Amino acid sequence: MKSITTPISDDVIRDLKVGDAVELSGIMVTGRDAAHKWMIETFIKKTRAPQGDDLEVYEELKKLLNGSVIYHCGPVVSGLDTKEYKFVAAGPTTSIREEPYQADVMKHFNVKGVIGKGGMGAKTLKGCAETPGAYLHAIGGAASYIAKTVTKVHGVFKMEFGVPEAMWVIEVKDFPVVVTMDSHGGSQHAVVDESSKKILEGLLEKPY
Amino acid sequence: MRDLTNEILELIRRTSSSLPPDVEKRLRESIEKEAPGSAARGALETIMKNIELSRAQSTPICQDTGTPIFQVHYPVGWSTIQLKAQIRAAMVEATKKSFMRPNAVDAVYDKNTGNNLGGDDFPYVHFEETEGDDLVIELMLKGGGCENVGRQYSLPDNSLGAGRDLAGVRKVVLDAVQKAQGQGCAPGILGVSIGGDRGSSYIKSKEVLFSEMGTRNEDPNLAQLEERLTSEANEMGIGPMGFGGKTTVLDTKIIGLSRLPASYFVSVSYMCWAYRRRKMTLKGEEIIYD
Repeated sequence: MKSITTPISDDVIRDLKVGDAVELSGIMVTGRDAAHKWMIETFIKKTRAPQGDDLEVYEELKKLLNGSVIYHCGPVVSGLDTKEYKFVAAGPTTSIREEPYQADVMKHFNVKGVIGKGGMGAKTLKGCAETPGAYLHAIGGAASYIAKTVTKVHGVFKMEFGVPEAMWVIEVKDFPVVVTMDSHGGSQHAVVDESSKKILEGLLEKPY
Repeated sequence: MRDLTNEILELIRRTSSSLPPDVEKRLRESIEKEAPGSAARGALETIMKNIELSRAQSTPICQDTGTPIFQVHYPVGWSTIQLKAQIRAAMVEATKKSFMRPNAVDAVYDKNTGNNLGGDDFPYVHFEETEGDDLVIELMLKGGGCENVGRQYSLPDNSLGAGRDLAGVRKVVLDAVQKAQGQGCAPGILGVSIGGDRGSSYIKSKEVLFSEMGTRNEDPNLAQLEERLTSEANEMGIGPMGFGGKTTVLDTKIIGLSRLPASYFVSVSYMCWAYRRRKMTLKGEEIIYD
């Protein structure tokens, strides 16, 4: 088991290989569908003009994400009335929906790690090599357990996206993940997809 | 008519935070099948810890508290209008208490309602009048990750060589499992319906998931196919979370429907390991939770 704390250096990332179990600590930011679309359209492709507090949030995100981690997570949060936020349940969401955006977001903000579940595709794998960064697989559905590793909620951006889609700035201690895509082109997801496809072909040939 | 809002709130709490024992047992049994020290085994061990913690704390097993699917079996004389209003009130309260994540998003204007009420159909409630005296309310919470990997096939399917028979059904279901990989939070449970129109076929593929683990179809042909599909799905080696491993599917449940001569649909609803389904029964004045 490796222990890593954000911000993460290139050397630490290059040291990570598919299959490594990691306990992650430090500050990270949650972001999923609405956040990725918003970052790409407003700051990277610039197809949408910044509105409201967009530019201020962008400046904050540049600092927070540099060398840090994006967590694909739509948490259950208590204390919404008093703003004394606490993560109640916070497992990963399916990452593949961010496939069109992820590599560009990683490169633009120098994001070293992406936490999610289910893995991502070829474009993100290339992004992992180029940034460099790694895809860190959390255990899907283990929401109460992972929420326990969130020691502090520092704040939240883009609450107008709704609680699950907002960008929560959190501090974690010993958040358990497994490296399933590394910066050397390795992807456990590509391996399992390929091997299961071969087995399926064999099964389809079998008589009923 | 008795106001059951608080009792339904308790049903929601139980469903969100306490995995049914039959599912937990099946998950626990699967740990021994995975190699010591493997990522697959580690995933299952974390899952077990999470199940215990969620139950002890009354916190959601999964932060995606899903689409709430209610099945209400009501005796003659009950008002479905009032029952629905009570279910909706309980859902608002459950969201305030963090048993549920605000999960209803207006698809046109991208706005989360914040209270788990969205239009007339969120939460989804199905009413069925029954002849008995007991009122039974079942609830299933089905997350978006597994919902997204569900599939519907129209047979024949040339690309898979799947014709309009059980042999064809077998092929498309295995294809759905391979395509899902770990994205539906494997190990999963498959709800399969054969026939119907596109709508009823999907609905029934979810309804069949209200039965307990290991419940076999009364038709021996379908029962045999259920067992074969579970076993062959596991041969593909996708494993917990798609990490690779022996446990990909925990159980398969099939329902056969009527179809039009022209149509032959097969719908596969994939349920994640966080297979949250609970039941409450009102027997006279007494409320019984399963």
